[in-house]
Amino acid sequence: MLGRASMLLPCRSILPARARPFSTDLPAAPSADATFTEAWTKVIPNMDPPKTPLSFMQPRPPTPSSIPSKLTVNFVLPYASELATKEVDMVIVPATTGQMGVLPGHVATIAELKPGVLSVHEGSEMTKYFVSSGFVFIHANSFADIIAVEAVPLDRLDVNLVQKGLAEFTSKLSSATTDLEKAEAQIGIDVHSALNSALTG
Amino acid sequence: MAMAALRREGRRFAPLISPRPITAVRSSPLYPTLEDEGPLGLRHISTQVVRNRMKSVKNIQKITKAMKMVAASKLRAIQTKTENSRGLWQPFTALLGDLPSADVKKNVVVTISSDKGLCGGINSTSVKISKGLHKLNSATGPEKETKYVILGEKAKAQLVRDSKKDIELIITELQKNPLNYTQVSVLADEILKNVEYDALRIVFNKFQSVVSFVPTVSTVLSPEIVEREAESGGKLGDLDSYEVEGGETKGEILQNLAEFQFSCTMFNAVLENACSEQGARMSAMDSSSRNAGDMLDRLTLTYNRTRQASITTELIEIISGASALEG
Repeated sequence: MLGRASMLLPCRSILPARARPFSTDLPAAPSADATFTEAWTKVIPNMDPPKTPLSFMQPRPPTPSSIPSKLTVNFVLPYASELATKEVDMVIVPATTGQMGVLPGHVATIAELKPGVLSVHEGSEMTKYFVSSGFVFIHANSFADIIAVEAVPLDRLDVNLVQKGLAEFTSKLSSATTDLEKAEAQIGIDVHSALNSALTG
Repeated sequence: MAMAALRREGRRFAPLISPRPITAVRSSPLYPTLEDEGPLGLRHISTQVVRNRMKSVKNIQKITKAMKMVAASKLRAIQTKTENSRGLWQPFTALLGDLPSADVKKNVVVTISSDKGLCGGINSTSVKISKGLHKLNSATGPEKETKYVILGEKAKAQLVRDSKKDIELIITELQKNPLNYTQVSVLADEILKNVEYDALRIVFNKFQSVVSFVPTVSTVLSPEIVEREAESGGKLGDLDSYEVEGGETKGEILQNLAEFQFSCTMFNAVLENACSEQGARMSAMDSSSRNAGDMLDRLTLTYNRTRQASITTELIEIISGASALEG
């Protein structure tokens, strides 16, 4: 109304300034984006095309010719990245077909996880987590991505609560009427028995 | 004689009277000055209008400053969550690539927007991009259909106007409880159950910094399309080289994978959009309070001018009256 376009935006940022990479350091936009941007500019010329996730990601290194000595692991949860590009010797994941050991040079695999113990072996130390479920992608370049919904270190689990939960879900299964209730109770039993064996075994 | 009286009166009110002839008060078109009759027939120019306006502008400034502080604190809280969730979608893109240009029949555009307003232009940008995607898909062929799933009141208000028949699902009041993965996965489940799709395109504003929000579109393909693209080679060509462990069939695993991918990308998208909303609100409220401050300065000047002019007019009347009596 006063006819003055206030283009002044706050220069002070509440958060610490993050170092932005120079444009020469960023990876070149891959070709899939090019077809999209071309199609977009043809149909909608006056708007900039939206960005796609590929432009926000570091590209993965290609498959090396010899087997690398270490496995690079990304272990992500919705709330945190537990391990981000960490070099380890081996991980053992609880796949639906059983405990699967992953070493560098493992064949490329997609596996679904069931509730169980995930252990990360680095030198002489071993870290164990209980994961609820998720997926693991093993790439040919010795990168492993483990995506889980929940993961807790084993020492944070309470034995008594696990026993109580197991009893509760077993009783729920016996009193379940619909298929949905049965399935839910079964899932509860699976998770709690896995927790039990993780704590005892 | 008259001049001596004038000078005598003048010395008392020295700072106020200027030796130059007083021009009539210039009434500005925005603030009509009110003249009312006093008891002796003196005319007072009322400053009431300007004073009321100054009070309301000052209140607006206080309110917008408070809203900015609230948005800043909400932003701080949600920003850590967002940055932690950024690792979630990367493995999926590393495995399945990103194919926004995949040729599919049934497109579903999931537009994420805010429920509350006063957050700058981010909602309009999302809606414009969604409409752009609709146009893009329809341009490639006649049998292509695009449906909308809308999260948030603001996009609903804009899209209901001209694309009402294309809207499949509307979800509002997302941020009533703090955002968490369980809520978003239930939401994703609902969408996947009720909407037939070949490709889901999630449109949201990615939070890069407090002043920069980038409109982004993430594509999640249905397992059949993934198979098709893998067979035809190109970006997903080496998907076949991956062994699939567990499950009865590869298709089952890919189905679970697609659903998991959708819920993970949705979670990240919803968090990023919430961050962008708070950041945009911060800058909108900041420029608003700055504008209010400028307006207040200008009003104060007008007020003082009006006040001084009315005092001067009164004095002149008194003095000329006095000199007329003597003279």
